[in-house]
Amino acid sequence: MSEIINQSLTELVENVKNKKLSSTDITKAFIERSEKSKELNAYITEDFTSALDKAKKFDQKPNLDLKLPGIPMAVKDLFCTKGIKTTAGSKILNNFVPTYESTVTENIWNEGAILLGKLNCDEFAMGSSNETSFFGNVQNPIDKNFVPGGSSGGSASAVAGKLTPITIGTDTGGSIRQPASFTGTVGLKPTYGSCSRYGIVAFASSLDQAGPMAQNVKDCALLQEVISSYDPKDSTSIDFERNHYSKELTNNIKGKKIGIPKEYRVDGMPKEIEELWQKGIQYVKDCGAETVDISLPHTSYALPTYYIVAPAEASSNLARYDGVKYGFRASGENLIDMYEKTRSEGFGAEVQRRIMIGTYVLSSGYYDAYYLKAQKVRKLIKNDFDAAYKKVDAILTPSTPSSAFKIGEKTNDPVSMYLNDIFTVPVNLAGLPGISIPAGHDSKGYPLGLQIIGKAFDEQNILNIAFAMEQKINFKNKIMDWWIK
Amino acid sequence: MSKNNSEYLISRKDNQYEVVIGLEVHAQVLSESKLFSTSATKFGAEPNTQVSLVDAAFPGMLPVINEFCVKQAIKTGIGLNAKINKRSVFDRKNYFYADLPQGYQISQFKDPIVGEGKVILDMPDGQKEIGIERLHLEQDAGKSIHDLDPQNTFVDLNRSGVALMEIVSKPDLRSPNEVSVYIKKLRSIMRYLGTCDGNMQEGSLRADVNVSVRAKGSKELGTRCEIKNVNSIKFMQMAIEYEANRQVDLIEEGKLIDQETRLFDTKKNETRSMRSKEDAHDYRYFPDPDLLPLEVSDKFIADLKNNIPELPDDKKKRFINEFKLSPYEATILVSDIDIAKYFEEVVVKMGKNKDMKLAVNWITGELFAVLNNKNLEISQSPVSAKNLAILVNLIKNGTISGKIAKTVFELMLEGDKDPQKIVEEKGLKQQSDPKALEALIDKIINDNREKAIEYKQGKEKLFGFFVGQAMKASGGKANPQLINEILKKKL
Repeated sequence: MSEIINQSLTELVENVKNKKLSSTDITKAFIERSEKSKELNAYITEDFTSALDKAKKFDQKPNLDLKLPGIPMAVKDLFCTKGIKTTAGSKILNNFVPTYESTVTENIWNEGAILLGKLNCDEFAMGSSNETSFFGNVQNPIDKNFVPGGSSGGSASAVAGKLTPITIGTDTGGSIRQPASFTGTVGLKPTYGSCSRYGIVAFASSLDQAGPMAQNVKDCALLQEVISSYDPKDSTSIDFERNHYSKELTNNIKGKKIGIPKEYRVDGMPKEIEELWQKGIQYVKDCGAETVDISLPHTSYALPTYYIVAPAEASSNLARYDGVKYGFRASGENLIDMYEKTRSEGFGAEVQRRIMIGTYVLSSGYYDAYYLKAQKVRKLIKNDFDAAYKKVDAILTPSTPSSAFKIGEKTNDPVSMYLNDIFTVPVNLAGLPGISIPAGHDSKGYPLGLQIIGKAFDEQNILNIAFAMEQKINFKNKIMDWWIK
Repeated sequence: MSKNNSEYLISRKDNQYEVVIGLEVHAQVLSESKLFSTSATKFGAEPNTQVSLVDAAFPGMLPVINEFCVKQAIKTGIGLNAKINKRSVFDRKNYFYADLPQGYQISQFKDPIVGEGKVILDMPDGQKEIGIERLHLEQDAGKSIHDLDPQNTFVDLNRSGVALMEIVSKPDLRSPNEVSVYIKKLRSIMRYLGTCDGNMQEGSLRADVNVSVRAKGSKELGTRCEIKNVNSIKFMQMAIEYEANRQVDLIEEGKLIDQETRLFDTKKNETRSMRSKEDAHDYRYFPDPDLLPLEVSDKFIADLKNNIPELPDDKKKRFINEFKLSPYEATILVSDIDIAKYFEEVVVKMGKNKDMKLAVNWITGELFAVLNNKNLEISQSPVSAKNLAILVNLIKNGTISGKIAKTVFELMLEGDKDPQKIVEEKGLKQQSDPKALEALIDKIINDNREKAIEYKQGKEKLFGFFVGQAMKASGGKANPQLINEILKKKL
């Protein structure tokens, strides 16, 4: 048996079920690893003592029928956790302790998992490098002073660095897939409506979706099976028949038609990305699938559309952080003064920028030109996918236009930062599932990901394709534990 | 539509002005729980005891539509003869205020649940139709309490998220009196439907009043001012009077009217500027992404339509046709669902041989007077419909006279006593035995021989004297008709 922290979730579950490992063994190992990994700054809040207690309690009366029996897990700090501080990476929620649990985390604990702590993320999930967090930037385990991507940067770093066997993130425009790509891990953004948004601090309601982040596709399928549920508490949750994704996982994708959209070949894209994509095409062919050249003609409008829709919703969603009811409050001369000081001091620069953009595009006189137009374009983007799916079963693209970059490299250039999400945002706008799997390394040895986009509710299909490709790619993450002294 | 002969006009020198009024009525939906949460909506609860995480806008909390409130809105739409929109959209109306936890109010902006409809007003000189522009569902805000502390404002979120129906009229109203009749009619329809209790003291019904004036005969609308949040019919009327006159004075002075939002100061009886058009909020309405568009099927609407109770206009027609009431009587009896219920119960309890006229007179006369004096609603009437029906029957079948009935009625007020028992216990039964009455009258004529002679000689008004004596001698119980007959014979 290999070292605990090097085991996949699937292996750990198996070893618990076979009584080769106890929950306490596993929990201790990941706590120890986490303790040694402070330099990654992956955690905002640690809950180790309580995690060990829970593990011991589990071991006293282990329920081995559960899907995640006694498995410790840290989660993104955007999920409200009962009795545990939940900050969304923001000063404005620095002191906020929810009295309730998000549906997604509730589902996880109901299957026997144990909370290790809350993972760092960009403030209110707004960012692509985890540099907007009030709690400081997160290190990418692949190399010192490289960003892990964002907004689920802490989650990606924690999985890649083996601080947690698996985790969950949220993805509004790429926040699971881009950090997965940057850290050599697997990240799935499910179909909009698959995972309940109840209890997740909202960024852009029509785009937000929780999803698993894992070391491999099978782990990812198992967690997706746990977190996806119909929830009447979320009006946008969809009641559809959910697969047993991990049980039904197969590498047989013979005869599947995989679309290759020409619009994802963008100007200035590094040659390495193009080469990786071509390799990916070869892999799926090797697996017996067929590739088809397709067109998604409105792709180039996706990013500007996203940067209207998401800030518009965010500007309204974040209005509740006003210092009146909970969270940070600055003192002021009067109500308006208190609002202004609270929100100026409580929100960071990127969040303020997006609130400003969102407020602007919704103002009377600009609404039609921006928000309404963006909604129309959004429909066109969705139509592009609908048309493509008449011909193909899934679509293969690069996950990101580059590999991980240096901390600080893009902080003063928001547009270049936003370009990180160019391949991921169309999927959110169309409400489709997308998975990023590690597919190779660039010349510096940093991981690069490929994205498989599916039809709505067709998670099983893209998991299968990813599973088949994973076996062909046989990716090995080159993590040298540089932060362990 | 009949010509309104009692036009409400404002006169200045040679000019006459017409007042144009449109109302935005906010009616609280009668519902146990809120529009998007399961919190209770009881009036008068301790502050902040009916607040859920959704109402207080905690992070990650999401609204879920209360289907009952949707049904209530559609029923109200049906009651307003309005178009029901099978697809409607909830929007966010964004603004900051301490009693608005989300930082936005969920409302319906472009696509309301109910479209155009109409309400018929019964005016003294005929009926008038008032157009309804729309009805939409929205959340109420919480309450800011400024007078509990010199430094701080307190916020009570019990009302936060309570469902309101905003009913917008067309600018079809022309006088404070029409506004009063309109509000009462709306209130009546909603109470019949059970969709709003219409309790203005508790804030269940309040209105924003849009007022403009124009020269009599003009077809164009003047610049309007909106008077916010007026919570009684009396104040609406006072506010309109003041505001219309203010606008007329401005026009007479050659000044322009600013389109603005105003407040009515009930103590000073005047409206005051609250904010001008330039300062108007930019609410940044957009569809709430937490809620899908609301879609209802034809069947959903049809099922509600099939269960709509008889509404005041239909009931009035039926009362006129079936019970031969005058339109005036019918209007009064249908004006409130509880009055109509009471009346219909009296009708049933009177049985076969009923005197409808008498019943109506007793309800609208004696009973209403008592309710008025004691400041009671008919639902709190000290006399039950059943006992009032018995009383009317006792008059009708000659057991007691109308006069004795008044005495009996007084006694019934104490604990809703059975009039039959009162009559028996107090021996108030009318004397209708001709022999006994003859003997009684013989004695009176004997005792008043001179007056009897005078009567026979032609002093006819003395007849009344004899009637009075006979009634007095019988302790008021003699059957007046029989007394008349016997006296005529004997004298």
